[in-house]
Amino acid sequence: MRIGIVCPYSWDVPGGVQFHIRDLAEHLIGLGHAVSVLAPAEDDTPLPPYVVSAGRAVPVPYNGSVARLNFGFLSAARVRRWLHDGRFDVIHIHEPTSPSLGLLSCWAAQGPIVATFHTSNPRSRAMIAAYPILQPALEKISARIAVSEYARRTLVEHLGGDAVVIPNGVDVDFFARAEPKAEWGSGGTAGEAEGGTLGFIGRIDEPRKGLPVLMKALPRILEARPGTRLLVAGRGDQEEAVESLPGSVRARVEFLGTVSDEDKARLLRSVDLYVAPNTGGESFGIILVEALSAGAPVLASDLDAFAQVLDQGAAGELFANEDAGALADAAIRLLGSPSRRAALSARGSAHVRRFDWSTVGSDILAVYETVTDGAASVAADERPGGLMARFGLARD
Amino acid sequence: MTATLIWILVALVAVGLYLSWTAGRLDRLHARIDAARAALDAQLLRRASVTQELATSGLLDPAASIVLYEAAHAARQADEEHREVAESELSQALRAVFGEPVQVEAVREAPGGESAAGELAAAVRRVPMARRFHNDAVRAARALRRHRTVRWFRLAGHAPFPLAFEMDDEPPPALADRP
Repeated sequence: MRIGIVCPYSWDVPGGVQFHIRDLAEHLIGLGHAVSVLAPAEDDTPLPPYVVSAGRAVPVPYNGSVARLNFGFLSAARVRRWLHDGRFDVIHIHEPTSPSLGLLSCWAAQGPIVATFHTSNPRSRAMIAAYPILQPALEKISARIAVSEYARRTLVEHLGGDAVVIPNGVDVDFFARAEPKAEWGSGGTAGEAEGGTLGFIGRIDEPRKGLPVLMKALPRILEARPGTRLLVAGRGDQEEAVESLPGSVRARVEFLGTVSDEDKARLLRSVDLYVAPNTGGESFGIILVEALSAGAPVLASDLDAFAQVLDQGAAGELFANEDAGALADAAIRLLGSPSRRAALSARGSAHVRRFDWSTVGSDILAVYETVTDGAASVAADERPGGLMARFGLARD
Repeated sequence: MTATLIWILVALVAVGLYLSWTAGRLDRLHARIDAARAALDAQLLRRASVTQELATSGLLDPAASIVLYEAAHAARQADEEHREVAESELSQALRAVFGEPVQVEAVREAPGGESAAGELAAAVRRVPMARRFHNDAVRAARALRRHRTVRWFRLAGHAPFPLAFEMDDEPPPALADRP
């Protein structure tokens, strides 16, 4: 099958959507499909052979922050050329509502179009104003995929229609096979002694990732279990993060900075408990899936998306969102009970198989096959006005 | 005077372009419904044939075989009007027979059963998918057809008002459950 994938965000900037697209493309290529990814990229970035650059993304203030977007005649022309040259059986657009390549390809293409909605933005005023513009483009999408039941619900509320839920994929074995690192673990002393390691991965200076909640809970955890260490991996100002803590507590926090994929896997394999205190803005929670893959017992805030990934608390423990006291209690209880952690780890490892690329990839392929069943292949939409064609005056 | 005429002309052309564009949108939506319906038909047929194959293969006990054969046969023979009911009954029959993981395991262990069970699992997963895509297209077309412009200028022509396909497509948990 010839598959075209449209990535709305810059390939040079790391992000969840970009990683998802990279892994999906590589998985599909591994199965013998011809895949081409259209993505914004700087001219001098080295790109994998399957990525086609759509030009440089321009930073524009959009939706409260600065987004890097592609628009204008040049980008539209590149989209058209890519569609024309690719002769795809199906194109898969990610984030079709962001005013970038996704929306441009929706406008420019006809034929089987699959779209994945990653974020579940609350309805913005810009979206309401843009609705009449978006609607004709969204009507062309033959199949919609939402990454979680929560994302599907917001999609249905805001745009109408329906979507199938296919979660984001993870290479489970990559995490499951990672070698634990002794200095990041507690050496099995977590049970009897007063020790144990907690893990946190995410942007330090992004309050929505929830590090402040964990910092607030930390003194109480250390009071009950003085040997506990907290390992934090992620970008951000480390001084500011521990500012509110007394010195003795500060010494138990270790910052690892930005870690590589390999080290991330090893960290998750080593810790006694992975804590995800995110306070909101998550539509899926890929980090939880990665932690489960590595067999780490997980303690997460009870966001809709997290509860979904953790099977409503069966595959990992949940605590009331933003409640540092509840977080501390749950962490102390889990650190003190090796049998409970082992049970969570075993349950999680079995549960996480549904997020493996072998399962997710075959579901996405099933969607492709369903939409291509009764339809012609993708082509550039040559009906700008429609009127010319109607009177037989079209160019071809 | 001439200026007024030109403005009227410009306005008429603009209205004409808008109507033509809307008609194009509607046309594309109808094409999308047709494609989605064809895909749904294909998936339903596939599910019925795999079921029938399993029912006649001797892998199942005679009672289960008869139940499945009956339901699959009825689903394939049903006319448009009774199709939704017949397909829903096939879903119920499949749920009744493959309600227990033990039954699925038994089929898998038989020679040739692995691929048959796999095919049935794929079919019962794809039917809800295809139905969702079809009904999504129907909803979009209905929303546009309710629009004033479309009704007043009869842009939909003689195309029949699109109807959603409503059925019980809940797959048997033992088959559809992911590992």
